[in-house]
Amino acid sequence: MKILVPVKRVIDYNVKPRIKSDQSGVDLANVKMSMNPFDEIAVEEAVRLKEAGTAEEVVVVSIGEQKAQETLRTGLAMGADRGILVVTEDMPEPLGIAKILAKITEEESPDLVILGKQAIDDDSNQVGQMLAALLGWSQGTFASKLEQDGDKLKVTREIDGGLETLALSTPAIVTTDLRLNEPRYASLPNIMKAKKKPIDEKTAADFGVDISPRLETLKVTEPPKREAGEIVPDVDTLVAKLKEMGVAA
Amino acid sequence: MSTLVIADHDNSELGSATLVAVTAAQKLGGDVTVLVAGEGSQAVADAAAKVEGVAKVLHADDAAYGHGVAENLAPLIEGLAGDYENIVAPATSMGKNVMPRVAAKLDIQQISDIIAINDDGSFDRPTYAGNAIATVKTSDAKKVITVRGTAFDKANAEGGSASVEAVSGPGDSGKTEFVSAEIAESERPELTSASVIVSGGRALQSGENFEKYIEPLADKLGAAIGASRAAVDAGYVPNDYQVGQTGKIVAPEVYIAIGISGAIQHLAGMKDSKTIIAINKDEDAPIFQVADYGLVADLYEAVPELTSKL
Ligand SMILES: Cc1cc2nc3c(=O)[nH]c(=O)nc-3n(C[C@H](O)[C@H](O)[C@H](O)COP(=O)(O)OP(=O)(O)OC[C@H]3O[C@@H](n4cnc5c(N)ncnc54)[C@H](O)[C@@H]3O)c2cc1C
Ligand SMILES: Nc1ncnc2c1ncn2[C@@H]1O[C@H](COP(=O)(O)O)[C@@H](O)[C@H]1O
Repeated sequence: MKILVPVKRVIDYNVKPRIKSDQSGVDLANVKMSMNPFDEIAVEEAVRLKEAGTAEEVVVVSIGEQKAQETLRTGLAMGADRGILVVTEDMPEPLGIAKILAKITEEESPDLVILGKQAIDDDSNQVGQMLAALLGWSQGTFASKLEQDGDKLKVTREIDGGLETLALSTPAIVTTDLRLNEPRYASLPNIMKAKKKPIDEKTAADFGVDISPRLETLKVTEPPKREAGEIVPDVDTLVAKLKEMGVAA
Repeated sequence: MSTLVIADHDNSELGSATLVAVTAAQKLGGDVTVLVAGEGSQAVADAAAKVEGVAKVLHADDAAYGHGVAENLAPLIEGLAGDYENIVAPATSMGKNVMPRVAAKLDIQQISDIIAINDDGSFDRPTYAGNAIATVKTSDAKKVITVRGTAFDKANAEGGSASVEAVSGPGDSGKTEFVSAEIAESERPELTSASVIVSGGRALQSGENFEKYIEPLADKLGAAIGASRAAVDAGYVPNDYQVGQTGKIVAPEVYIAIGISGAIQHLAGMKDSKTIIAINKDEDAPIFQVADYGLVADLYEAVPELTSKL
């Protein structure tokens, strides 16, 4: 089995985003950037399948600015075999990303593409499902468990009411949820080794797909601020407050 | 202008998130049609027909649609899409799973998780865990939209008298087979529509402590139970209890956070609650920055006392 893992370079999840004063977006200058956490989970799953002998090759791909190379190196240090960097001037929207990934998928013919369920910057939760649609493949989104079952992939999904299990025909798309695994930290020797692994560099234009944006962002603003309230001295005061609000008799 | 709303349901009841999507659809203007795709789902179609503001219900009843498998549902929706300018679904796990598949096939950039529809035709949607609200306008001729469940009022479930029309689609794609589901049955109110929520975090330390400390308080208040990611990851409670950026978005009248630090990912899911109460032994916990009432205390003492005094 060959596995493709798309990974996005995003603001580190520990950083509180700052809005630019001209409301044009979030200020990413001098901000710590990392691999999207769900994509780390995707890389981890792919590497585990390789370590189990189920997969032979794991290819990581990132679309974005030149610096997305660092994100690919993180994936390579975790155990992926090679990387593909698609350099673009502006970050395409999920549909554009899915179109580029569809082209790469056609070229690489993986049996499985594992993506994150959601990028923690745009919070779109779209690319995996869109890629599945463009390729006409099965999809197992929000996966908390992934097993091979004969020629099928059994995926347990986190859904609103609990869990659901699907059997996907392959090739297939899987998107990761938080409980799928706990990603490893790359060891220093593996970080060194990753520097020698190949990264194939392309530009978005190489794929000949229309990735022009459909959405115009009119402004980006801060949500209404919640003021901190009061610290109550004891449980009795809390009980009184709950009674005032009418939620307790 | 006309809008197709994709209903979220379990083949017997119309989910309340669908009522929220109907309200958003009405705000878009024009007629609202609801698609109920399911198996043995007549009761849902009948319920959808009674929703105020719904002009028509399309009912696709087929084993292929019984479990909401996206590979089967998306072609059905694509086939119907021609007649509508907007295709709208609640941002539930169903909507999130199916709608991007529809959008990509129609070559449309979906607008996820909207919280407002503005007069100039633009939409507000939260990004960066709700820390940045983006106002976006689309140049696509048709719109594919998912709607955040806490952002609009629920449409009235009674008062409508829409016609119900049977429709059919391509049926089973043969790609994906539903195997099983583990859906917890609970007497408690549903997390996303509860008016009071009691949530526990890592500080609870075990599932037994959730039963011992959180449940009795929730019982007293008729509340739903939620949790932080840390509590879910540690297996204290099931995954569908997770509140946050990547879990459920809630906005109850009262949200009580117990032993939860208040990471931005957690706040993203609950900071639109009307009143927030936090119990935490660390006075510097970030949860106190959004709490209306904070109690700095050890939960193992404060929660039993609170429960007994209610
Ligand atoms: C991609 C990504 C997505 C995420 N999505 C979510 C999400 O959707 N929802 C979510 O919740 N998190 C999410 N997180 C995780 C988030 O960053 C935090 O790690 C998590 O919310 C912490 O949970 P907690 O507050 O229960 O635990 P902690 O941060 O460990 O806090 C425990 C708190 O309990 C207090 N405490 C300890 N003992 C007691 C006691 N005896 N009495 C009273 N108080 C006590 C401590 O003072 C502390 O404040 C996500 C993280 C990532 C990377
Ligand atoms: N620029 C990108 N490069 C590579 N993969 C991406 C990119 N954007 C999104 N993805 C993948 O798509 C997933 C979902 O992203 P989104 O639909 O934007 O929330 C991410 O977790 C990644 O796996």
